[in-house]
Amino acid sequence: MALGGPPDTGDLIGLAGRGGPRRSRRRVPPGEALRSTLIALVSSVVVLGALAAVITSSPNWPAVQQAFFNGPIFESSLPKVIEAFGSNIILFTVAEILTLVLGLVLAVLRGLPGPVFFPLRLIATIYVDFFRAVPGLLVISILGFGIPALDLPGVPNDVFFWGIVALTLVYSAYASEVYRAGIESVHWSQEAAARSLGLNRLQALRYVIVPQAVRRVIPPLLNDFIGLQKDTVLVSTLGVVEIFREASIIKAAKFNFTPLIAVALVFVVITIPLARFTDWLVSRDRGRQAGGAGR
Amino acid sequence: MSGPALRIEGLHKSFGMLEVLKGIDLEVAEHEVVCLIGSSGSGKSTLLRCINLLEPIDAGRIVVEGDEITAHGVDVNRIRRRIGIVFQAFNLFPHMTVLANVTLGPRKVLGLDRAAADARAAELLDRFGLADKRLDYPDRLSGGQQQRVAIVRALAMQPDLLLLDEVTSALDPELVAEVLNVIRELATGGMTMIIATHEMGFARDIANRVCFLDAGRILEVGPPAEMFSAPREERTRQFLQRVIDAGRL
Repeated sequence: MALGGPPDTGDLIGLAGRGGPRRSRRRVPPGEALRSTLIALVSSVVVLGALAAVITSSPNWPAVQQAFFNGPIFESSLPKVIEAFGSNIILFTVAEILTLVLGLVLAVLRGLPGPVFFPLRLIATIYVDFFRAVPGLLVISILGFGIPALDLPGVPNDVFFWGIVALTLVYSAYASEVYRAGIESVHWSQEAAARSLGLNRLQALRYVIVPQAVRRVIPPLLNDFIGLQKDTVLVSTLGVVEIFREASIIKAAKFNFTPLIAVALVFVVITIPLARFTDWLVSRDRGRQAGGAGR
Repeated sequence: MSGPALRIEGLHKSFGMLEVLKGIDLEVAEHEVVCLIGSSGSGKSTLLRCINLLEPIDAGRIVVEGDEITAHGVDVNRIRRRIGIVFQAFNLFPHMTVLANVTLGPRKVLGLDRAAADARAAELLDRFGLADKRLDYPDRLSGGQQQRVAIVRALAMQPDLLLLDEVTSALDPELVAEVLNVIRELATGGMTMIIATHEMGFARDIANRVCFLDAGRILEVGPPAEMFSAPREERTRQFLQRVIDAGRL
């Protein structure tokens, strides 16, 4: 999904694309598979090697290398940024859990039928439209600086708290759209079957439709979560010491950009397994549906 | 119980501009088995879906055991408990085991506790030869097994009336018999049923009465012996001739 290549079952790396049709049922003979892998390997080495050669041969490379890829600074800053990453982990874990719940609630509200529920549908629709439209950085800044400034009694004025709230508001709007697509993808005959047993609409949703929808939307939801995880760095603007802020402090102290490279590396390392896991889920589900479970 | 199990009066149903049912009148007595025959698009499925209130009707009345279910303000969920329906495509819940499929209605609608619902389901599954499939998911079952589970799921609600909508049409030919045998057993047990079917031989064997639907109307009703050997209407004759030509009777 993330790389656009056809994820093959069992191919957790997902890079050795075989160029065949998506999920072809044809078994690839072992000799051919080896040959494809070798070709992919050699061409990768050639392309990346050429790229590296071009970059490192540029006239300013030594200066750039000093500013961005400084070994000793990298070594000293990496443990510090990893430690600061703990804040990001809390930010995205809490926000993701809240997003899962709130997104589903919004999706269900938007799907309620009949004129009685019009106000709820309207509110949910405005919510989703609004928080998808406004840049996340603005939501974070407005909530994080605005609400504590009000100094309301009983309302927390911890910026960390408001950072989580802002991330949840923005991403639950996205997640609700994903859930909604999932709910709509469950065939109407499933609802007919549930209603014919005498289940009311909410029971049909709860026991029959939502459980199937959730299974289908886990991959796209995980995809949104990759975005959420990256956006935790935006909370740094509120003064929360998290990975990006920590790196910026070191950057300013050492006059060197290497800590940012360390941050990039941390995000790559935590995101790639999630992306591959998502690919794996997608390919597994596709296999299941081909197996005839899609009724 | 006095009076018919089901009475339909002047039932009309349109989808947009298309009028699918053009005034249906039908009475079904308790323990009676009525088969609906007719070509695809004649309104058989729509009629069954209207009786189950899965489709709102445009005009007419449906009365079940004396209660008008199409009246304003009736609780459709209460009605549906009393009327079971089995669909052509089974419509089992793919994320639930066979047992969970069967016990969902009794537990969530009838309020049975898990033990009671499980016991009821186990008895039914056992009776229809599905005891060993209890913990399987639907995609592990053959079409015939899935359809039998769907029938058991409807029966677990202990309905007064069972609607069967072309329940063998999606099955491989060799799996049809096992499902038809289940329905025969239900008929022997006195279940009131309305069965839309293309299986003419089956309809002839099982039905007390056969209704021939044509273009949204019941054109002819009668005991199967009469309908299949000496139909009164020209359209019925033509339809049956096509069925015979196709080798289905």
